[in-house]
Amino acid sequence: MATAVENFAGQPEVLDGALESQMTLSMGPQHPSTHGVLRLDLRLDGELVIKAIPDIGYLHTGMEKLFEYKKYQQGIVITDRMDYLNPLGNNLAYVMAAEKLLGLEIPERAQVIRVLMCELQRIASHMVWFGTSCLDMGAMTPFWFTFKEREKILNLIEAASGGRMTPSYFRIGGLMMDLPAGFDNRVRQFLDDFPDALNTFDTLITGNTIWHSRTKGVGIISKEDAIDWGLTGPSLRGSGVDLDLRKATPYSGYETYDFEVPVETDGDVWSRFKVRMHELTESYKIVRQALERLKPGPIKADAPKIVLPDRDDMRKHMDSLIHHFLIVAEGFNVPEGEVYHAIEASKGELGVYMKSNGGPKPERVHFRGPSFINLSALPVMAEGEMIADVVAIIGSLDIVLGEIDR
Amino acid sequence: MTEKLHAFVDKLKSENEGWVTSVADAFGEVTVTVPRESIVDVCRFLRDKHGFDLLADLCGADRGPEEDPRFEVNYHLFSTTHYSRLRLKVLLSEDAANVTTVTQIWKTADWHERETYDLVGITFDGHPDLRRILLPSDFDGHALRKDYPLRGYEPYSLN
Repeated sequence: MATAVENFAGQPEVLDGALESQMTLSMGPQHPSTHGVLRLDLRLDGELVIKAIPDIGYLHTGMEKLFEYKKYQQGIVITDRMDYLNPLGNNLAYVMAAEKLLGLEIPERAQVIRVLMCELQRIASHMVWFGTSCLDMGAMTPFWFTFKEREKILNLIEAASGGRMTPSYFRIGGLMMDLPAGFDNRVRQFLDDFPDALNTFDTLITGNTIWHSRTKGVGIISKEDAIDWGLTGPSLRGSGVDLDLRKATPYSGYETYDFEVPVETDGDVWSRFKVRMHELTESYKIVRQALERLKPGPIKADAPKIVLPDRDDMRKHMDSLIHHFLIVAEGFNVPEGEVYHAIEASKGELGVYMKSNGGPKPERVHFRGPSFINLSALPVMAEGEMIADVVAIIGSLDIVLGEIDR
Repeated sequence: MTEKLHAFVDKLKSENEGWVTSVADAFGEVTVTVPRESIVDVCRFLRDKHGFDLLADLCGADRGPEEDPRFEVNYHLFSTTHYSRLRLKVLLSEDAANVTTVTQIWKTADWHERETYDLVGITFDGHPDLRRILLPSDFDGHALRKDYPLRGYEPYSLN
């Protein structure tokens, strides 16, 4: 029997089957397992999910509109607020798109620091994913351990940039400032302790029978479907596609680092879990290598009309003072054109489409957020599963609503 | 650096001369402007024959009310096998701001097209569920259009 009901958008929708046993459940937007303000419109038959319709937009702040009214360098601050668990990744994607338009050469030291900070940020982001996805499934203990590790990384980011969640550390043409003295030793201290933390997580969760039965065979998406739905990052690699933009289209010198791309083939929550856990070790390896490469050198590109001068220079040189004034007051003109630059953020492909009309403000900036697209594939994974597993699937996708709604 | 990409453009041209309006090569990226009516054929050809299996991004842009064609839709294609990126561009005039959907080729186009419809106001013909995605369903206008004021119109309220 087919019956017409109204969906949440007020549009009639026809459902097949006996409606007597079915119900509609609005999960969220205040549900703690939805990682922000996501609402799911679930059609249930008992505990079985027949249809899942994500409803987003609760955090929409019109960032893409705002970019058009801000100078290029002011836009960096906005990007921090998108994926607030991976702000340095957002900074990097944005500044690299602008650098591509400007044709800037970034000095070696700045590149190394960018890689170093981004991989630390990736670990921090995965820590939140690990803690919260365990929390969603009733395992509360790992959360305290992961947030301890994340706190250490946030302290490092704060030492370098002054901000914990909103660093705005990468600037067009290089970095905001050089690392503080003794920073490398602080990172080494963190790295020395980190394997112990990883062991703790493994002991708590990876071999846990309850964890296995909650994750194995749950929320399966095939390789073909995963590509078709545009999944990227760990969610795609959990389905057996060996695609990591750090290897496929390297940037910032990633091609010179020695690391593996973990791939799992089952496409379920367990596979995505294993990929991310393995990635922690790989990021750890990259940070170690980057530390070895830290050599003294410039951290800003040689482009006085684009990159802010050093404070010291400003006190001594008239032209530096003029450049500083002009960059801050008027901005710099960016050559006309359009670029799309994508990086491997902690959640997948973070792409920036930037279009310039030759002036100091972009004509259009569009962010391709990995969370946005990964979430759109949720119905494929959730339909046919139990309602408790929907929570596990959302956790395994590692979404951040700040990036989805922008 | 872009020779590989130009090879794909040549294949497009040799398959059907009418598919390619113009080709631009800038900043290491190749942009192919495609006539509005053939975007589906071009996408299907590139996906099936040349491995562009991932639609990385789809976004609309407004060039300003005084421009004609006013709107553009950019399709950023990516291949998970040979890692090439190609941008397809469709230009749309204000009075015919609609283009055929590519959701039957890539399912991921679903939300991309809904977002473009929501914010730029481009209609995708044949889209299975074309409604607003980020803004409320009773929102007036399209926020990313150049003639839409930054702070919106009158104080907005949900009724």
